Amino acid sequence: MGKTWRDGSLIPIVIVLIGLIVVWYVAAILMNWSGVSDFYQRTDVTGVTFGQQLNDVLNQDKPLLPAPHQIVAEFWKTTVEQAVTSKRSLVYHGWQTLSATLLGFIMGTAFGIGLAVFIVHNQAMDRSLMPWIIASQTVPILAIAPMVIVVLNAVGISGLIPKALISTYLSFFPVVVGMVKGFRSPEQIQLDLMRTYNASRFEVFTKLRWPIALPYLFTSMKVGVAASLVGAIVGELPAGTSNGIGARLLAGSYYGQTVQIWSALLAAALLAGALIALVGIAERVINARLGARP
Amino acid sequence: MSLTTDGGKSVSVVEAKGLGLTFKTADGDVIALSDVNLDIRRGEFVSFIGPSGCGKTTFLRVIADLEQPTSGTITVNGTSPADARVNRSYGYVFQAPALFPWRTIEKNVALPLEIMGYGEADRRERIRKTLELVNLEGFEKKFPWQLSGGMQQRASIARALAFDADLLLMDEPFGALDEIVRDHLNSELLKLWAATQKTIAFVTHSIPEAVYLSTKIVVMSPRPGRVTDVIESPLPAERPLEIRETPEFLAIAHRVREGLRAGHSYEE
Repeated sequence: MGKTWRDGSLIPIVIVLIGLIVVWYVAAILMNWSGVSDFYQRTDVTGVTFGQQLNDVLNQDKPLLPAPHQIVAEFWKTTVEQAVTSKRSLVYHGWQTLSATLLGFIMGTAFGIGLAVFIVHNQAMDRSLMPWIIASQTVPILAIAPMVIVVLNAVGISGLIPKALISTYLSFFPVVVGMVKGFRSPEQIQLDLMRTYNASRFEVFTKLRWPIALPYLFTSMKVGVAASLVGAIVGELPAGTSNGIGARLLAGSYYGQTVQIWSALLAAALLAGALIALVGIAERVINARLGARP
Repeated sequence: MSLTTDGGKSVSVVEAKGLGLTFKTADGDVIALSDVNLDIRRGEFVSFIGPSGCGKTTFLRVIADLEQPTSGTITVNGTSPADARVNRSYGYVFQAPALFPWRTIEKNVALPLEIMGYGEADRRERIRKTLELVNLEGFEKKFPWQLSGGMQQRASIARALAFDADLLLMDEPFGALDEIVRDHLNSELLKLWAATQKTIAFVTHSIPEAVYLSTKIVVMSPRPGRVTDVIESPLPAERPLEIRETPEFLAIAHRVREGLRAGHSYEE
């Protein structure tokens, strides 16, 4: 934070944020205005002043577009003012999603690295696997998620694992693509050097390919962790469970609880931001140990 | 080992007979080496000089088993280049330092030692000794980017020396450095050669560098890559930088230049 302040990027960020909030309020007023007018007509309310209507517009129960303060209030109510074990708590639902995200992300990263190792060391693997890996990501996840949930449910697996598997499915891809590139990034001269030492393939991997690929890994992991979160939320939609940010979104849309939907979206965005920031911190720590220029 | 007659000093370290190498490319065959006959004896400092495409680097890479000859024979320490490589009987210094940027200087020097299975204490001692040899004491914990180009190349020489191979193969190691640094490193290399008694094969395209450093200068020419002249240097072992202005030095440089001109048609 101190650094952001010093290099002078905080002021522009704040200005943009204020701009967005203003646009949001204007949009909320424009979108909700006629709904409130209709409501007055239906209930035969007359003689409402502009100020009164504006107040009503910004504090509707089920507005088309909730105003920022409504979302913040709802977010506050469902995080700080609720016990974290309560089903009304966004922290509870956030953790349901986060645990699946993390498990899926770890599995996806490990699977991606493993695949990349095979692909780099085996030409047949390279030719046969890569097209399938790319094809796997062209199938819409919304089509696959229900099948995974239903099939696993039929064999008695439900809850965390199916969601994590969908996260894995989305997050292994950036990792495998990034790591194949990373493992192949040693220059010929570096490979020649290892050959003059009569180094084994394992030594070339541990002493050259792995450390040179680490920057690629972190870039891939930033994409992968965000994809993981999307996977976990998508996995919650068809699950029929009432747990997780995805379930909150679904329930909100069933009952027209737009404020609840938006506060769940806010929670998802904060989670994604936090996860990417964590990967970024890990990246900086590792890079410093690997002697990157400050 | 193939011993020759005149005493222990004349053991052949590299012996090439009728060596040829043809690269098959999409545009047809490229003859990189053609009928190369050469003998490098223990303790010699042999320079290979010639314009680009003359096969000097290719010949060095054949010695190192990084390229495979297509005709003729070559032995390194009396064995095939492949066996010599497996026995780790040479150290190779590339055109670029090729230091691993994520390793400190001492860790870079440790790299071959780790692969070759030297123990921790032995490793430390060898790192200390070789870094001292190339005048890099005090830079052990620095990362490569914190060093100048000349220092990086010295670190890469230390890395090639660390496991005490008797043969040092150097492929234009100072080609990317400026003249002043180059002069300095040349005289340091001579001292290092005198101190370690190694056999050095050194590729360069600089005539003064070749004449200053070598006991034997191999002049090569391109299309096809071949040896056009082999000059045994009469210069004394002790060579201050000023030797480059002596008539003897200039005479050899002249002969090298003549050899290069003879082997090179400028119409191409």
